[in-house]
Amino acid sequence: MATVRLAPVLRASAGGSKQVSAQGSNLAEVLNDLYARFPALKEQIQPEDSLSRFINVYVNDQDVRYLQGLETSVGSNDTVILLPAMAGGR
Amino acid sequence: MGDASREIMRQARKQVPEWSPSQVNEALANQHEPGPADQEIVLVDVREKHEWNEGHIPDAVHVPRGFLELQIEEAVPDKSKTVVLYCAGGVRSLIAGTTLQQMGYRNVISMSGGFGQWKGSGYPFVQPRTLSEAQSKRYSRHLLVPEVGEQGQLKLLDSRVLLIGAGGLGSPAAYYLAAAGVGAIGIIDADVVDESNLQRQILHNTKRIGQYKAESARETIEALNPDVKVITHIERLDETNVARIIADYDVIVDGTDNFPTRYLLNDAALIANKPVVHGSVFRFEGQLTVFKPYEGPCYRCLYPEPPPPELAPGCAEAGVLGVLPGIIGLLQATETIKLLLGIGEPLVGRLMTYDALAGEFSELRLFRDPQCPACGEHGHPENLPTYADVCAIPLN
Repeated sequence: MATVRLAPVLRASAGGSKQVSAQGSNLAEVLNDLYARFPALKEQIQPEDSLSRFINVYVNDQDVRYLQGLETSVGSNDTVILLPAMAGGR
Repeated sequence: MGDASREIMRQARKQVPEWSPSQVNEALANQHEPGPADQEIVLVDVREKHEWNEGHIPDAVHVPRGFLELQIEEAVPDKSKTVVLYCAGGVRSLIAGTTLQQMGYRNVISMSGGFGQWKGSGYPFVQPRTLSEAQSKRYSRHLLVPEVGEQGQLKLLDSRVLLIGAGGLGSPAAYYLAAAGVGAIGIIDADVVDESNLQRQILHNTKRIGQYKAESARETIEALNPDVKVITHIERLDETNVARIIADYDVIVDGTDNFPTRYLLNDAALIANKPVVHGSVFRFEGQLTVFKPYEGPCYRCLYPEPPPPELAPGCAEAGVLGVLPGIIGLLQATETIKLLLGIGEPLVGRLMTYDALAGEFSELRLFRDPQCPACGEHGHPENLPTYADVCAIPLN
C-alpha cells in the first residue's frame, strides 16, 4: 500500500490523520481508494474528474503534472503528497 | 635595516622574481589575450588595512601580510596561478613571496617599488568604500565571514528590500534584515496593531496597539539600527500601486495572508523582474520558496489557480503557533540575504516545508510550467486575473 501524506488543511476530512495508506497501482486508483474511505476528501481534492489546479500532487517528491497526472504509476513503497496552496502569513 | 634583515632580503631577492610596475601593468593588460590559461594573474595586496583603504590596484585581493599564511589559500586556492604580490615599497611583498613559495605556490612574483611606484607612474588605482568605525563594530561578525566581509556588508547597506506585510512573517524577517544592515527596508501594510497580533508579530508591542503596523515597525527598526532607512507604505497592494511600489526594491519578501495579493505580486514581480521570497504558514506548518523570474517557476506555475474559499487556509482564523512564522520568516530573511549577496544556493525551484510537530523539514522539486499563463513561453503576466478575494466567505 502506498503512503499518502496530507497537508494540514485536509486532515480534518481524514479523521485527523497526517498520513494514511491507500491501495492502487496508479494515482487515480490510490485517490479513489482514499475517497471511498474519506468521502469528504474528494470534494477538497478532486471535485471534478480532473485534478484540481489549486492542489499539487507529488509522487515521491515529483509533481504529477510533469509525470503522467492521474495515470502516474504508484508502487507500494511510494509516497503521495497532497498539498493545497496556503496563503497565511499573518 | 640590520645585518640580519639585509640577509633575509638578499635571500628573498634570489628566490622571488621581481617585476616592475610597468611589467605588472603590461601583464595585466595581456592576461585576457588568447593564450595558455596560466597567463591569468592574481594580484595580492599584502599591506595593512589602513593602507589598502587609501587606495589599491583595481581587482587586487587584500590579504595583509600578518594573515598571509592563514588566508591566502582561501583567497587563491589554485597554487599554479601567477600570483603578483605588492606592498607599499616592495620589501614586505618580497618576504611574503618566500612564504608563498614555502606554501607551494609555484609562480610568485613581487612587484618592485610597490604601490608607491605604481601610483607615481600614473597607473590606475581605486579607493575602496569602507565602513565607518561604528559600522565595523556593529557588523564585525559579518566581517569575519568570508562570504560576507566588508564588501558584502557594503552591498547589504546598499540593498533595498520590500516586505509585503509587517505581520507574522514580515516581523521576524524585517527585524533580522534590519539587524543585518540591509540599508533600506520598505514595509507595505495598511493594518493597525491588534492585541491578537502580539503572540507572534514581534516588531510591535502592547503600547502600540491601534498604531499603524508600518509605523510601529519603523520605530522598532530605527531603535535597533540607525543605518537602516525604513520606507512605510500605508496602503493595500493593488493593481493601481503594485508596479510603482515594487520598482524601487531589489528583493521582495512576501508575507501576505491572502491569495489575490500573492497572484498580483507574482505577476508584477515577473514584469519588473524582481525575485520574491515566498513564505506561508498554517497552524504548525510552513512553506518557503524563492520565485526568481524566468530562472525558476513562478507562483502560477506552482498553483495555477487559488483554492475555493472553504479550502483557503489562513484566510479566516485558522490559527498558527506563534513561533512558526518566526521560523519561516527568518528562513525568508536568510534567502533574501543570499540573493542580495549572490551566495549559496537560493531556494529557486524548491519548496521547503516545515512541520513543527514532527520536527521535520522536507523539500519538493518545483518545475517551471512551459504553459504557465504568467511566465511560460506565451505568458502574459500583464493581463491575468488576480481573483476576487477568496477570503470573502469566512472559514468555519
